[in-house]
Amino acid sequence: MPKNKVYPSFADAVRDVPDGSVVGFGGFAVVGMPINLYKALAEQGAKGLTCVSNGTRGGATLPADGPDMGWLIQNGQVKKVICAFTAPTRASQKLVFSEYYEKGLIDAELVPQGTLAERMRAAGAGIPAFYTPAAIGTELAEGRETRIFNGREYLLEEALPLDYALIRAYQADAFGNLRFRRSQRNFNPLMAMAARVTIVEVEEDILPVGAIDPDDVHLSGIFVHRLVKIPPPPEGWWPQRPGAVAKLETAGNVR
Amino acid sequence: MSDGAKGLTRQQMCDRLAMEFQDGWIVNLGIGIPTLCSNFDFGDKGIIFHAENGVIGYGPLTGPGREDLHLVNAGGQHVTLNPGAAIVHHADSFGIIRSGRIDVTVLGAYEVAENGDFANWKMAGQKGGGIGGAMDLAACAKHVFVAMEQVTRNGHPRLVERCAIPATARGVVDLVITNYGLFAITPEGMALREIAPGVTVDEIKATTGCNLSIPREVPPVRLRG
Repeated sequence: MPKNKVYPSFADAVRDVPDGSVVGFGGFAVVGMPINLYKALAEQGAKGLTCVSNGTRGGATLPADGPDMGWLIQNGQVKKVICAFTAPTRASQKLVFSEYYEKGLIDAELVPQGTLAERMRAAGAGIPAFYTPAAIGTELAEGRETRIFNGREYLLEEALPLDYALIRAYQADAFGNLRFRRSQRNFNPLMAMAARVTIVEVEEDILPVGAIDPDDVHLSGIFVHRLVKIPPPPEGWWPQRPGAVAKLETAGNVR
Repeated sequence: MSDGAKGLTRQQMCDRLAMEFQDGWIVNLGIGIPTLCSNFDFGDKGIIFHAENGVIGYGPLTGPGREDLHLVNAGGQHVTLNPGAAIVHHADSFGIIRSGRIDVTVLGAYEVAENGDFANWKMAGQKGGGIGGAMDLAACAKHVFVAMEQVTRNGHPRLVERCAIPATARGVVDLVITNYGLFAITPEGMALREIAPGVTVDEIKATTGCNLSIPREVPPVRLRG
């Protein structure tokens, strides 16, 4: 087995992330979102980051000021985001991101969600580009290369390689073989495939190599480089039931 | 907002669209009003709900305190899994979409044009937007249904000749439900199919921004199976 992938802390795991990195953050509506690694990267302070994620904030199971991309944005660490959402999904929501974007302090590339996923899958699969029917006829396709296949127009999309992928998983063995639980999988395996270095926050105790049946591995440890076990709360961040989050926010004692 | 206002409630709007789902259809529901389609009683019809985040075969929402914190639909709502459900990652989930395996997607919209174009990701003058999976779904689902209010908050028509705000996809919408009625997009343009109780044809004409083919007798919106 290669060198030890298990790191003692989130701070140790993100220590070497340099300024200017392209970093993917997994998760969808908080499920599978690397909450603890967001916090660690905010504390580490790398600047000029390009952040790739479905959106820029958490959701109902994370307090409004819990660790998410908003922390990095407020710290002035983010140069650009690449996302499927750069506006809130409800008019009542406020994004930290919007404030900075509207002032022109951050760039954004808005990408259809399936295209975002496939661009990372392609990067991880050694495919430089592909054609998709999504966004044809929209302003996203204006001035870009398209091609007709079998009478239908498709848009050329390029692979999206990452320097780092920060993800969250349910189980890991020490080699980095991962299992996700329920909708936790989402973008996480794709970001890991696309990344040069994949860092995982793991919910259960890290298992000895071989403890996960090979048939049950969702992502091979080949794509995984660093593992950190999430400590119990309050030291580690865990999603909470929406009711509990609301109560916490009403009490004004978030964090 | 239609609830408490004229015509159909949001649930009635979604019930009407859900009646169109056929046995065995794979259905993807957009964020907002369309999620109410899953409350419809499908009886013997086997309907499989697909969510962009890779959940195939999700069931009813969970009650407060009973959420599985690892399991949400595409709207971030905590759901259950029906027997036969499966989980895939995002690339496979959108592989299902792009390869044409979604029978219908029901989406919200700001505007629908008479040629089947629609707009739902960016409001006029807005910087940024929320595309999510809508462009992939709209381009590739076998049917695209839209559920939206008849008019904007300022009373402007949402059924229009041409979309004034950036389109999500071109020429893809089949069927539109609003609180005022059910509309089909046909090769000849937009057609009124059914009218909501308490709404008149004149009111529909006055709130529609494009040519509308109207049958001599407009049946009421069917409210149950």
